[in-house]
Amino acid sequence: MTNRVVNATGAALLALSGAAEAAYQWNLPTPVTRVAGEIYNLHLIMMGIILVIFVGVFGVMFYSIYAHRKSVGHQAENFHENITVEIIWAIIPFLILIAVAWPATKSILNLKDTASPDITIKATGYQWKWGYDYLKGEGEGISFLSNLSTPQDQITGNAPKGEHYLLEVDNPMVVPVGKKVRVLLTSNDVIHAWMVPAFGVKQDAIPGFVRDSWFRADKVGIYRGQCAELCGKDHGFMPIVVEVLPAEKYTAWVGEQRKKIAAAADDPNRKWNLADLKARGEKVYAANCVACHQANGQGVKGTFPALDGSRLANGPRGRHIEIVLNGKRGTAMAAFGKQLSDTDIAAVITFTRNNWGNRTGEVIQPSEIRSARK
Amino acid sequence: MSAVIDSGHAHDEQAHGPYGGIMRWVTTTNHKDIGTLYLWFSFTMFLVGGVLALAIRAELFRPGLQFWHPEFFNQLTTMHGLIMVFGAIMPAFVGFANWQVPMMIGAPDMAFARLNNWSFWMLPVAATLLVGSFFVPGGATAAGWTIYAPLSTQMGPGMDLAIFALHIMGASSIMGSINIITTILNMRAPGMTLIRMPLFVWTWLITAYLLIAVMPVLAGAITMLLTDRHFGTSFFNAAGGGDPVMFQHIFWFFGHPEVYIMILPGFGIISQVIPAFSRKPLFGYSSMVYATASIAVLSFIVWAHHMFTVGMPTAGILFFMYATVLIAVPTGVKVFNWLTTMWRGSMSFETPMLFAVGFIFVFTMGGFTGLILAIMPIDIQLQDTYYVVAHFHYVLVAGSLFSLFAGFYFWVPKWTGRMYDEKLGKWHFWLSMIFFNVTFFPMHFLGLAGMPRRIPDYALQFAGFNEIASIGAFGFGLSQILFLWIALKVTVLGQGERAGQRPWDGADTLEWTHLPSPAPYHSFHEQPVLG
Repeated sequence: MTNRVVNATGAALLALSGAAEAAYQWNLPTPVTRVAGEIYNLHLIMMGIILVIFVGVFGVMFYSIYAHRKSVGHQAENFHENITVEIIWAIIPFLILIAVAWPATKSILNLKDTASPDITIKATGYQWKWGYDYLKGEGEGISFLSNLSTPQDQITGNAPKGEHYLLEVDNPMVVPVGKKVRVLLTSNDVIHAWMVPAFGVKQDAIPGFVRDSWFRADKVGIYRGQCAELCGKDHGFMPIVVEVLPAEKYTAWVGEQRKKIAAAADDPNRKWNLADLKARGEKVYAANCVACHQANGQGVKGTFPALDGSRLANGPRGRHIEIVLNGKRGTAMAAFGKQLSDTDIAAVITFTRNNWGNRTGEVIQPSEIRSARK
Repeated sequence: MSAVIDSGHAHDEQAHGPYGGIMRWVTTTNHKDIGTLYLWFSFTMFLVGGVLALAIRAELFRPGLQFWHPEFFNQLTTMHGLIMVFGAIMPAFVGFANWQVPMMIGAPDMAFARLNNWSFWMLPVAATLLVGSFFVPGGATAAGWTIYAPLSTQMGPGMDLAIFALHIMGASSIMGSINIITTILNMRAPGMTLIRMPLFVWTWLITAYLLIAVMPVLAGAITMLLTDRHFGTSFFNAAGGGDPVMFQHIFWFFGHPEVYIMILPGFGIISQVIPAFSRKPLFGYSSMVYATASIAVLSFIVWAHHMFTVGMPTAGILFFMYATVLIAVPTGVKVFNWLTTMWRGSMSFETPMLFAVGFIFVFTMGGFTGLILAIMPIDIQLQDTYYVVAHFHYVLVAGSLFSLFAGFYFWVPKWTGRMYDEKLGKWHFWLSMIFFNVTFFPMHFLGLAGMPRRIPDYALQFAGFNEIASIGAFGFGLSQILFLWIALKVTVLGQGERAGQRPWDGADTLEWTHLPSPAPYHSFHEQPVLG
């Protein structure tokens, strides 16, 4: 008992001191790609120019405020035009702008150059998580979803916040160091944006369109970012984590993923019983549905409908399956047919039809989902 | 000219005066009454929007979710933006135009007096729809003030109410602009040539053209949104052959000129105040006019700098980046002209001048960060972070709002015949200035560190600066209560020293040289003669 208290206090103190150390960051994060480095330097150059103008302009202004006051008896002069001066101070900023446009243009050409990548990964924005599909290069065929892994208790303040509060996920994107990674971005619902500041990457993910960006990480490590385009309720809770590994460790990771995929493959013809399917459905629900419909199935009044006792979850199953597969237009209800396997969809529908006050007793088999997809 | 009779109400002394009581305000076609209505309306909306801002900052004081659900938090940020832009800043400048434009050009009233009444009275209706949308099922729209599709097509009925409200406010703005343009072009006193007009009138003339050009564009965008939501169209839905990014292009084609709509009249006010308190004519009058016009023209070809991260072709990025940095040239000219106006003047620092100098200081900082954001590679890091939040609050709060305060303190003696409380006015300035910077300066660092905007909760590394910003925000909010008291004292309560016709010895426009304080209910029955 005492031990637990001591541990908890220790953890809280650690979290606090960690927070205190990192609480004030004054500049862009340390760059780990060439593009991010260029941006970093460009920002420094701009700040230098601005500082000079700042000192010049406000030096003059405050000197004038000090010296040309009525209260110290300064008499107003009457000049109010000087074409030469006016032309000069229109031209000087113009020249400065041309001077900075040059390095900026070079940097743009570089950051837009997504040609000949070593690895191509598609990142798909969902409300509210990211999905990664390795399309080309080493790791081709790997595919997973990446959810926020910060426990709800930390968010509501019932547990001390961890070091990477809100910046941690269950399955990070993993890439090898020193390789050019092209990221294709798209979205399943609304516009999101994929941002990793240390890489100098921020690209909107637009539903129905594919956009791209790229990075080549020079240093092994874990880099974190967040969704940068308002995408609804949990916009603040869909972080991006990229783990950069040395080449051989990356190869090992790819092998592991392959094995996992093979092991996780479901037999599509298996007949499930209620208890097993419900247990699986509970996990699917927690990962995909809970943000809107809530753990108690009550939804959020007026915004997200309740499932507990709802007509949908207690009425004909065909309609229920259709909504989960295809979503509902004009609402945040996504078409999960595109995201989840037949077994997962069967499981989550079975779960919602047999949980809380819902007691249909029905078991929806994956084969039903498969035929509903056609 | 009519004599001024002392009464609590400054203006109802004429034989053919207005109705008494509430009907005076409902039926009025008098530019001064309507100006007053606009100003009180906008100040009310400013307080409403301010309460929403404080609700946001309270949640962000510490990491974790303390007060609001994320969905409601998004409603707060969205409605704060919409209310401040369309309810507070824009109507406030129209209020100044109503009061000042006729007096400054020697006209008896606005050109279309009944239209003027109508353009105002649409606003409370729109505001009721907008604020009322909090109480419909699902609450207010939570798609951000930019209401990007397709997020906005997901929203509940609150979004529809916001769309209707924006339509009505847009109609009001267009009518107001037609009125202002007609007044300025047709009703100037003999001798008041265009190139002799006070700069405030000039900036409003240009602003009114901007409004007429872009409010219909916004109306088009939100109408398409409405039909996408309810009538099965697919303008912004890729599944139906539309394009979500098209919404952004249309929105920002409105949105960027809108930014200048909210600042150009502010430039005008500052260009009246600085010479008056420097006791020296405005330096470079004609270059100021040309600079204003070129900012207005440039504002139509820079919109996509709000969209550097949507994935535009390289040529598009380069065009919009070059066009954007070009704006620094006319803006720089303006700042240099103001400084040169002050240079070797005989300055005194009453509250209007404090706000004007404060304006130059903080607005220029907003201009600097604007330059940083215009450089596309840097914008890749800063787009949609708190850096952007800091930038546009520097130009909108410290820019537009401070210029409105400067204008209020400057002209209120003319409007009421009384001087505001100078000591409290100075307190108001210093508190506003300090707390403004405490609130928004740290946000630059948050943005550089990568904190996205519009999030209800944040990672621990952002905790320190958020705490400071929240403290500053509450200080800034409370300082505006002081302003409410100052304004009530001098207007409604009629307290304060009596103001002479020309309480500012450097002020030389018609309202100071030709009209008593308070300005009579009907001014310039006979056209003034200008030398």
